[in-house]
Amino acid sequence: MAGTGTTSGRVAPGADGGTAPLTGGWQAVTAHWLAKYRRVWFGTAITSFLSPLLYLAGMGYGLGMLVDRGAGGIDGVPYVVFVAPGVLAATTLQVAAGETTFSVMGSIKWDRTYHGMLATPLGVRDVVTGHLAYVLVRLTMAAVVFFGVAAALGTVRSWWGLLAVPVAVLGGLAFASCCYAYSASLTNDRGLALMFRFVVMPMTLFSGTFFPIEQLPGWLQPVAWLTPLWHAVDASRTLVLGTADPGGVLLHVGYLALWAAGGYLAAVRVLHRRMVV
Amino acid sequence: MIRARGLVKAFDDFTAVDGIDVEVRPGEAFGFLGPNGAGKSSTMRMIGCVSPPTAGELTVLGMDPRTDGPRIRAGLGVVPQRDSLDEELTVEENIWVYGRYFGLPRRLVRERAAELLEFAQLTDRARSVVEPLSGGMKRRLTIARALVNSPRILLLDEPTTGLDPQARHVLWDRLFRLKREGVTLVLTTHYMDEAEQLCDRLVVMDHGRIVAEGSPSALIAQHSTREVLELRFDTADHAAHLGGVEGVADRVEVLPDRLLLYTPDGEAAQSELHRRGLEPLSALVRRSTLEDVFLHLTGRTLVD
Repeated sequence: MAGTGTTSGRVAPGADGGTAPLTGGWQAVTAHWLAKYRRVWFGTAITSFLSPLLYLAGMGYGLGMLVDRGAGGIDGVPYVVFVAPGVLAATTLQVAAGETTFSVMGSIKWDRTYHGMLATPLGVRDVVTGHLAYVLVRLTMAAVVFFGVAAALGTVRSWWGLLAVPVAVLGGLAFASCCYAYSASLTNDRGLALMFRFVVMPMTLFSGTFFPIEQLPGWLQPVAWLTPLWHAVDASRTLVLGTADPGGVLLHVGYLALWAAGGYLAAVRVLHRRMVV
Repeated sequence: MIRARGLVKAFDDFTAVDGIDVEVRPGEAFGFLGPNGAGKSSTMRMIGCVSPPTAGELTVLGMDPRTDGPRIRAGLGVVPQRDSLDEELTVEENIWVYGRYFGLPRRLVRERAAELLEFAQLTDRARSVVEPLSGGMKRRLTIARALVNSPRILLLDEPTTGLDPQARHVLWDRLFRLKREGVTLVLTTHYMDEAEQLCDRLVVMDHGRIVAEGSPSALIAQHSTREVLELRFDTADHAAHLGGVEGVADRVEVLPDRLLLYTPDGEAAQSELHRRGLEPLSALVRRSTLEDVFLHLTGRTLVD
């Protein structure tokens, strides 16, 4: 650190370049994304507060009235209680997709942020880790706000439900890292629209979010088991309802961690191949 | 500062840099001059340690990019061909954020940002968002940002391409100042006037190879005559007038829109043509430039 404070009024002293710490690491990358986020945080905060409110009011109480009246709720609980943890996990999925698609492609192609980063001592691993760490912050904020609203509406039945927050965040991260790898591999943004239409949307609908996957046709159920979202939804739901068994939750968590780690490795690989040529 | 021997960059389907030897000395301004596609940017990316060389030797700041990439990049400032500024952030935020990539302490970065904005004549825009700024301002900000780590070498890839003449002169002035302060400048350009203005030494590149090397004046002395007489005729094919000017100059180049007569004394050549009764639409005597060197070496103009 010695000598880093020498600023003699010359613009480019040149001599003290080697004495500063070598790199800001992935934290510097996270700092960049947070600096950008500061410009829009208020809007997203409102969104992440309003969307659970609207979802739970519309789906939970509106649609729930029909479900509860017709079938007496789902698995013995009112529909709003059933659907809240599902939408919690689906929300983190949405945030994950939102933060790892256009921003990744833009950093490669449009505003070339990644090119700027990689011209410094930072490496590809720092760029991916820092970006995903920022996504983690966003996921946590969204999950906490959602959970707060859901709890205030009385849809959380157990203290174990608190654990649904980190589980939903992990679910989001599992998808984020894979989505990052996918986005980094694309050469144009058509693939991103396809991803929202054919991955995010169907997964949101058919992973046990709004109804139990037992309602799906038999052949579709194993597909739901494969999606990270179903695992996040199922684990969150049992935790919130207080019906969780530790083994089941750990299995879900392990599966999600596998997705997160695999996606991360793929993301580093893909971005490396893309940027270091 | 930089030393390359037999440096090669090959992609699947073509060879961008085909075995070049380069030596850049401390404190000089060194240029890569050449048309688009000559291999200048690929060379810069290898020097900047973001693109691994395919073959050959490369040393930057005494280190090997293959093993010491991050350490080398810590001592470089990079001004890429296309700005990579964060347009949603403010001018000063761009520098703050960038300084952190180098692990510089926040207090130091803020101090330097203020100095650098002064240097880049952007102090009064420090708090405005980047997006609406002019091209010249963005370019100056990119340079200011590249200086945040007090680099020993500043790499500039086509620093003034796309800027208006006034913005170019402002930028050149800033680069002169850096050079006086001892920063080694390495730049690519396809503007001969830029190369002549800025470079102590340069190499002329074409098709991934170096076709000439030296100071601008030495290159002109070696590969061209002192003066050039440019003749325009009222004709579709200027080659038709080759016979008429025969013997007047050391060498004649035919361009689509004019003839270039290379001669030590343009005035004398002009009066000789007058004596012969040749009546061009216009005749202009000028000094030789690097453009003439390039034309002589490759048979093509720089910017087509």
